[in-house]
Amino acid sequence: METMEKLPTKIITTESPKYKLIAENIVASYDGVVAVKNVTMKFRDRAVTALIGPSGCGKTTFLRCLNRMHELTKNAKIEGRVLLDGEDLYTNKQDPIINRRKIGMVFQKPNPFPTMSIYDNVAAGLKLNGLRNKSVIDDIVEGCLKMVYLWDEVKSDLKKPGMSLSGGQQQRLCIARALAIQPEVLLMDEPASALDPIATQKIEEMINELKKEYTIIIVTHNMQQATRVSDYTGFMYLGDLIEFGETKQIFENPRNETTARYVQGQFG
Amino acid sequence: MITVEQRAEFRKHFRYNVGRRLVIDKIVKGVVFGCVILAIVPLGSILVEVITNGSAALSIEFLTQIPGAVGSADAGGIGPAIQGTIVLIGMSSLIGVPVGVMGGIFLSEYGDNRYGRTVRFFNDVLAEFPTIVIGIFAFVMIVLTLGNFSVWAGTFALSIIMLPIITRTTEESLKLVPITYREAAFALGIKRWAVITKIILSQAKNGMVTGILLAVARIAGETAPLIFTILGSSQFMDGFNGPIDALPLRIWRLSSLPYDNAVAQGWGAALVLILMVLSINIGVRYIVLRKKGRGLKLRMRGGAL
Amino acid sequence: MGGKIVSMMRIPLKSGSRFVDKFFKIGAAMAATYVLAIILLIVVNLISGSAPVWQKEGLGFLTGSNWNSEEGRESYGAAPYILGTFVTAGIAMAIGVPISIGIAMFLSELAPKIMRTPLSLIIELLAAVPSVIYGLWGLFVFRLYLKDWVETPLHNMFGDNSVIFAGAPFGLDIFTASVVLAIMIIPTISTISREIMLAVPNSQREAAYMLGATKWEVFRLAVIPYSKSGLIGAAILGLGRAVGETMAVTMLIGNSTGAAAFPTSLFQPGQTMSSIMANEFAEASQAGLHMSALIGIGLILFVVAFGINIVAHLLVARVIKSHEGAVQA
Repeated sequence: METMEKLPTKIITTESPKYKLIAENIVASYDGVVAVKNVTMKFRDRAVTALIGPSGCGKTTFLRCLNRMHELTKNAKIEGRVLLDGEDLYTNKQDPIINRRKIGMVFQKPNPFPTMSIYDNVAAGLKLNGLRNKSVIDDIVEGCLKMVYLWDEVKSDLKKPGMSLSGGQQQRLCIARALAIQPEVLLMDEPASALDPIATQKIEEMINELKKEYTIIIVTHNMQQATRVSDYTGFMYLGDLIEFGETKQIFENPRNETTARYVQGQFG
Repeated sequence: MITVEQRAEFRKHFRYNVGRRLVIDKIVKGVVFGCVILAIVPLGSILVEVITNGSAALSIEFLTQIPGAVGSADAGGIGPAIQGTIVLIGMSSLIGVPVGVMGGIFLSEYGDNRYGRTVRFFNDVLAEFPTIVIGIFAFVMIVLTLGNFSVWAGTFALSIIMLPIITRTTEESLKLVPITYREAAFALGIKRWAVITKIILSQAKNGMVTGILLAVARIAGETAPLIFTILGSSQFMDGFNGPIDALPLRIWRLSSLPYDNAVAQGWGAALVLILMVLSINIGVRYIVLRKKGRGLKLRMRGGAL
Repeated sequence: MGGKIVSMMRIPLKSGSRFVDKFFKIGAAMAATYVLAIILLIVVNLISGSAPVWQKEGLGFLTGSNWNSEEGRESYGAAPYILGTFVTAGIAMAIGVPISIGIAMFLSELAPKIMRTPLSLIIELLAAVPSVIYGLWGLFVFRLYLKDWVETPLHNMFGDNSVIFAGAPFGLDIFTASVVLAIMIIPTISTISREIMLAVPNSQREAAYMLGATKWEVFRLAVIPYSKSGLIGAAILGLGRAVGETMAVTMLIGNSTGAAAFPTSLFQPGQTMSSIMANEFAEASQAGLHMSALIGIGLILFVVAFGINIVAHLLVARVIKSHEGAVQA
């Protein structure tokens, strides 16, 4: 198993750190169960931040708070602030739809729209957001499919249903769909958990490429994956953020004992 | 790959129109809510009219006496109709309940095969059948054969209407009993029929009773099949081989008479019928909602609505 | 569970000889077969009962419009009633389906949690009200409002020049019957549609939300396409119900016969297959050609309703199956 020798090079070195997204004092619950207890995290622009932790630690719930998706869950409650470029998503008087389009999301299981073609799946968000120019739509669809390395595989079958693709291709299609609306932040909830190793590798390569432009936050239960793709890592346990720092530090030199036990694979 | 410059260019083409889209969203929500109101208003109006017009007619005599002569000042009562409806419900249940329950047992316990699927399919189709067709069928098969309108013919028709509802709800209730109960019992060497009758049925009791009561509520209000089978009568029942009256049939007859006191009686009979039907429905649904949660209610839809 | 096993232990192992077990299974199978037997008997009896009219009229029974039960001049054609059935059911669908989809959308996507259960209950109660009470209410209450508020203004606006609004409205006509039919099929369609919409996986809705969709856009983008064929099935089940509905229609449609029953104006009296059966049954002698004609109409109605229901059930069943398959996606 290739492990930690190949840490990604950091992009931001000289400038003072710029935070794209800041989550402050997030407390989230559903059905009376508190899933996230007072978590504060700052996410740097053009970097990949991984959230790791055993299942049930609240990492997915926390992720869903970042684009106001959590409140769609039944009996969901949330407190705290989420600042995107300094603007609070939760207190601003505008509808959540305005901010969701700035924060794309990829889900654990691929969820293409089953009745739509590959092309229409990618274009769905474009038409929704008022893009009418056919040639621009064509350009974006092609560009996004290229970004997820899907273009060469599907360019002759754009009219085929999205469901005709393999699982890994479907997931990349969903990422292309999320990228098409030109978001600034990309949230990924265990995007590779349902995929085979080859498809996983493609997704990871893609993340390394995408982070040149995007702020990426990825939830994963796979520690090797976190070391391969992320610059920063947060370890969550029982709804708390236990430790947050550079990925190399978290995995090689954890300061917290629970973190140490987790990254050494002693539980989880 | 999309470059940063390209993305900036793309962004210029987006016309988010958030304001307009949110207005459309609000309009749709308003229209959709209006649909709900449109459906509730008739129910409210029916209940108000039946209760206000019907309660004026209610009295002990109204509930127990035979109808007066048509057009006379003394309109009499609807005693035979109430008696007839009760008799028909009882008689139909005697056929519909055991056959329906056994059919449901077959579908749940032995029906995981082609034959079971066929029966299930046609059972669902029969549940949605126009009841007037069942009425004219019972007329050809029973009335024409025996030579007269009778309680038997009405019973036969109504039991066919009950049957698919009970079969369906029984099957669904039995399927809700966890498979572990069956496995545990089989492991003890208990025979299948004993497992079903002594263990599974007692677990599924509530759901089955629910289905039976909904079937009763359904046939209590059926009119069309009775026109062809029991004919209607202004006398109390005179044996199973003769005609009989029933509430829905009486309501129809009264409503078509050009006399005010007959119409007033029609409303009175409607009040009695609606009280019967809705109290069964509300009671059953209340119990289902409290005890069984959504699962059963969802599945009951197939036949019981 | 432990208690269950203990109570099972009390059942003696000898409780079932193989004979009883077999007997029980055969009994259950016979009960299930009863359903199939009934359907078969319906076909056989309706065919034999209507044989005389088919012999006399042939296919003219389906296409003719002459309806005369006078002895010696007997002639029967069911075309106006077949058409009347489809026209009333069609108008009821045109009114009822959009409203039902709206109700289903409200109950599955929009209603606050505490409103959902009571509202669904109220909608389901609409289905429990007996048909004859809809008829009574339509005859003495609803018809008058409909006449004064809808029919008369429409008639005054378009007048006798227009075909479909011709004739002074009286309230006992095709339009009134159709509107009441629409009210009656709303609970069927909306309840099933709601269940079908609730079966759409949330991951589909989330995908649309993620793209920045409003509630309505989520519904349009994720819910409707996913549940389309199920919704069509629900609507067809409603059609089946509208086609077979008898009492309310009989009491409200005004009951014309023969060529006069051809539906032309909305405000003219009409007749459907089920209403002519209910209306004329008492007048027909038990063994005559008139009765045979009514049974023949019953047979046509059977075939129509059977076809509609089979299509509807296949559609709904296929949706449920495809849902099971798509849960992974």
